[in-house]
Amino acid sequence: MQFFIEVLVGGLLAGIMYSLVAIGFVLIYKASGVFNFAQGSMVLFSALTYVGVLELGVPAWEALAVALAVMVSLAFVIERSVLRPLVNRSPLTLFLATLGVSFVLEGVAQVVWGAQVHGLDLGISDEPIDFSGVFVSKFDLFAAAVAAGLVLVLGVLFNKTRLGTALRAVADDPLAALSVGISLPKIWVVVWSVAGIVGLVAGLLWGARLGVQFSLSLIVLKALPVLIIGGFSSIPGTLVGGLIVGASEKLAEVYVGSLINGGIEVWFSYVVALAFLLVRPSGLFGEPNVERV
Amino acid sequence: MFFSKKTLSYAAVLALALGGVVGCKKGEAATQKAEDSAAPAAKTEAASDAKQPEQYFPLQSYRVGPYAAGGTGFFGGFIDYLKLVNARDGGVGGVKLTFSECETEYVVERGVECYERLKKGLNGAPVAATNPLSVGIAYATIDRQTTDKVPLITINHGRTDSTDGRVFPYIFPLQLNPYSEVSAIVNYIAEKQGGLDKLKGQKIVTLYHGSPYGKETIPVLDILAEKYGFEVKHIEVPHPGNEQQSQWLEIRRYQPSWVILRGWGVMNPVAIKTAQKSGFPVDHIIGNIWSNSEEDVLPAGAVGKGYLSITTHPAGTNFPVHQDIKKYVIDKGQGDLKDPKRFGSVYYNLGVINGILNVEAVRTAQAKFGKKPLSGEEVRWGFENLNIDDARLKELGALGLLQKIKLSCEDHEGGGSVRFQQWDGEKWVLVSDWIAADRPLLRPIIEESAKKYAEEKGIAIRDCSKES
Amino acid sequence: MSSSNETHLSGAFELRSARPHARTWALAVLLAVAFLVVPFIGDDYWFSAILIPLLVLSLVGLGLNLLTGYAGQLSLGSAAFMAAGAFATYNFELRIPGLPLLASVALGGLVAALIGVGFGLPSLRIKGFYLIVSTLAAQFFIQWALTKFGWFSNDNPSGVISAPPLVILGQDLSNPVGRYLLTLTIVTFLTWVAWNLVRSPTGRSWMAIRDMDTAAAVIGIPIFKSKLLAFAISSFYCGVAGSLWAFAYLGTVEPHGLDLNRSFQVLFIVIIGGIGSIAGSFLGAIFIVLLPIALDHVARAFLVGIVDPSNTENLQKIAMGSLILWFLVKEPEGLARLIEVGFEKLRKRLSRRFVPAVSN
Repeated sequence: MQFFIEVLVGGLLAGIMYSLVAIGFVLIYKASGVFNFAQGSMVLFSALTYVGVLELGVPAWEALAVALAVMVSLAFVIERSVLRPLVNRSPLTLFLATLGVSFVLEGVAQVVWGAQVHGLDLGISDEPIDFSGVFVSKFDLFAAAVAAGLVLVLGVLFNKTRLGTALRAVADDPLAALSVGISLPKIWVVVWSVAGIVGLVAGLLWGARLGVQFSLSLIVLKALPVLIIGGFSSIPGTLVGGLIVGASEKLAEVYVGSLINGGIEVWFSYVVALAFLLVRPSGLFGEPNVERV
Repeated sequence: MFFSKKTLSYAAVLALALGGVVGCKKGEAATQKAEDSAAPAAKTEAASDAKQPEQYFPLQSYRVGPYAAGGTGFFGGFIDYLKLVNARDGGVGGVKLTFSECETEYVVERGVECYERLKKGLNGAPVAATNPLSVGIAYATIDRQTTDKVPLITINHGRTDSTDGRVFPYIFPLQLNPYSEVSAIVNYIAEKQGGLDKLKGQKIVTLYHGSPYGKETIPVLDILAEKYGFEVKHIEVPHPGNEQQSQWLEIRRYQPSWVILRGWGVMNPVAIKTAQKSGFPVDHIIGNIWSNSEEDVLPAGAVGKGYLSITTHPAGTNFPVHQDIKKYVIDKGQGDLKDPKRFGSVYYNLGVINGILNVEAVRTAQAKFGKKPLSGEEVRWGFENLNIDDARLKELGALGLLQKIKLSCEDHEGGGSVRFQQWDGEKWVLVSDWIAADRPLLRPIIEESAKKYAEEKGIAIRDCSKES
Repeated sequence: MSSSNETHLSGAFELRSARPHARTWALAVLLAVAFLVVPFIGDDYWFSAILIPLLVLSLVGLGLNLLTGYAGQLSLGSAAFMAAGAFATYNFELRIPGLPLLASVALGGLVAALIGVGFGLPSLRIKGFYLIVSTLAAQFFIQWALTKFGWFSNDNPSGVISAPPLVILGQDLSNPVGRYLLTLTIVTFLTWVAWNLVRSPTGRSWMAIRDMDTAAAVIGIPIFKSKLLAFAISSFYCGVAGSLWAFAYLGTVEPHGLDLNRSFQVLFIVIIGGIGSIAGSFLGAIFIVLLPIALDHVARAFLVGIVDPSNTENLQKIAMGSLILWFLVKEPEGLARLIEVGFEKLRKRLSRRFVPAVSN
């Protein structure tokens, strides 16, 4: 029984790490209807920038500031060169455009900072704390706290500020928002910047765990089931989705997977997401799609 | 108006396509000449004398992508050694060594494309052998290279059954094949426990990368487990191995005494860190041949201290051959490594050793066929009759770096012994003497598998006694 | 799935707006050259490293185009269906002695088709973007299953399969020319089938579903059947292409080579070549195969010394990403449209030059 709890807790916490990445997706989707495949590359890019600058001898807080500045400028560039020309296109086109962006980002990141693995130390070790026989990692708890904090902050941003209202308006109906005087380009820059910052946070946490290198951008594949279960347009939904994905994945891997040497983690969350979709096509908290002829 | 944006755009696309095609056709000679100019030493050799006899090593290298650390280290060492032989000895038997690189990014089709592009040789210099350092590319080029009669070297890895040279005349898993690797690890564990009989009742876990390479040794471990009476559990980590929490929880539940790590790339440091997180002692994890480099442990930070791994060669630079490389290549600004701190690292030294083995094979072949540029078929004979003993190792300045190695028609591996090293937080320290794999046990399994392959493909098994 | 701005009845009207004579002549010449001239002038490198992968990728692109371009169902599982086809063909060849090679390939495709239908079932409930979950699940699951269960690879410990002897009617086709001709024949045949398919009522139902499926349902098009048929046929094509990939091109296949990156690559072929265009699949494949090689040569010829060789790869990535963006912005209908427009302009300019008396 204790082992079960341990797997469960570990799974829940792992799920929160996925949610961190998924939050970036939701932000951009909520505000522009774009599924940003480049989020993974943004995570990598921001983490690499931070680590790269750090290795040049810059102290930690300033490196952080540099990384933030870089992500904001990146948002400007993306808005200008990708979002504006593609403003009226189908979601598929925009998704494919973000694919293109992800390639460019990965290439640039590796040209500038090199391809080797960088260690990243955030000062919090991965040592386990013993809760009466159940090991819980200090780092995981820290990450969970950060994620919860992020969700709170973003929730406040979206629901209680003018900016948040503007963002939601743009997500709902860009034309109407335009007609009310909301500047679309500005909103997009803000959204992509915030997504970039969220990506940086996720990058730092994941990077501390895995080392900052290329496979960080593959985390996006784990975030997708989270998004689907939670709903593409709900930030609290990503937490719930993350918890569900993390827990189910780990439990399945340990209890079912061990019967056949394991490895089912790789597709299990997708099958779960698929099952969810069949029952609730827009996810647990997402907005249902209304179709008209 | 005649040259609207659309016209210009599609003209650009057409130009690019044409450029590619023209470049391609014009290409092999032109591009490789340009390539040589990137390595000035080689340039002076190529430019000074097109008539100068040369032996060519095409390099399907990978310097980018997720495995770049391994690639840059290995090819760095290999290239530096080739340059050393040219600079210090004037080549092999008066025949200079030339090479060119073709980036594969560790992707199989690129490796195949590079092979097809470069197999004809460089400026008339024939190909000696290929060294792609990739299981996937090796598998895809086995048939081709056998037909084209170009040796394929898969040092420390490769298709285990290619050890049986009777079925795979052109494939050489030099020094160590996956089965030997695993058998040696089991023997080491036995030694640590106090003897092979002490293995009985022990529990060992293999944590393997979810790929053909990772899976390769499962059957052999099961056989060894049965023979020595220990329990073995195989746990897979799906590629790329970013996340191993459930696997290590599983390990904690099973409570083995040892974990054998068959990792690759990011899976390695993550394994070490997750082990610590789950409370498994890091000094009871033994990494295999692709989990044994500095780049595998460093990202794990201080946690990695105590981690054990297998190696066919020590890291370090206090060997005469390194001094020579420093003198003739690096100090002249010709070193291939971008980061000079990696001189003497595990991957770099593997490259040097690979260089030694390739060059000695050419030398062996020259003894029979004459001191001239040799064909792939002739170099193959050289590999098959490669015999490097301690005396020769001393001459090469590699005594202690490389183990004695002797190949034959049936045995394309030749070595099968390893040493074990431990990470002290900053570098690898050797903690054992040479430990041999149980090759007599493994040989029948290898022959069985090779036979199956021969049947599937309709290959006739060579009769070694009939050949010279 | 596409916004109303992009509703485009591509495919149905392709033929009517083209000049039948010029196009069919060009095609005939191309086929003649491909079958009769190339085998004699090509060399190993061109066959093994350029032409064969090009043809195989065109076939997969065609398969994906049928599903995504014509029927509007987005799929990221093309590589998995390729793998399914390859392994199925291998097993048929291995376990049923005496079965002719082409029959094994066809059966392999059939197995892939069935699997495709299985993963396509959710498309009846899930629409648009969310559907990629189903095909992604296919991608990961199939890749996992093929590696996990040794039976698929004849208990080879690494899970890798090698090509069986390629013999048809007694002719050994394992040399580069033979493999090329085998691939070319199969691809030509299947392209002809696809061409007819998209002009048939099935094809038109697909396009209706793609453009406005609610309306299509209203006028009585069987959505259920059409979607599943699209999945089946598309997966069949991918499966056959997978067998060719494994046996005519690489000689081996490990599930890693047919992973998500490959699926993305196929998607790029379709986008760059032109969604909803058969010729586009070929153009896209040409682009994707030649681009890295062209960039490699360009970099070596012009950028040596300026650019570190290890960075050429990254520059290629950047170039690829930028080109994708460029295509999406400038010409969303891909190379096929670009070239079509080019020919139109050329024709107009020529006709203006040679028939000055005709007032415009």
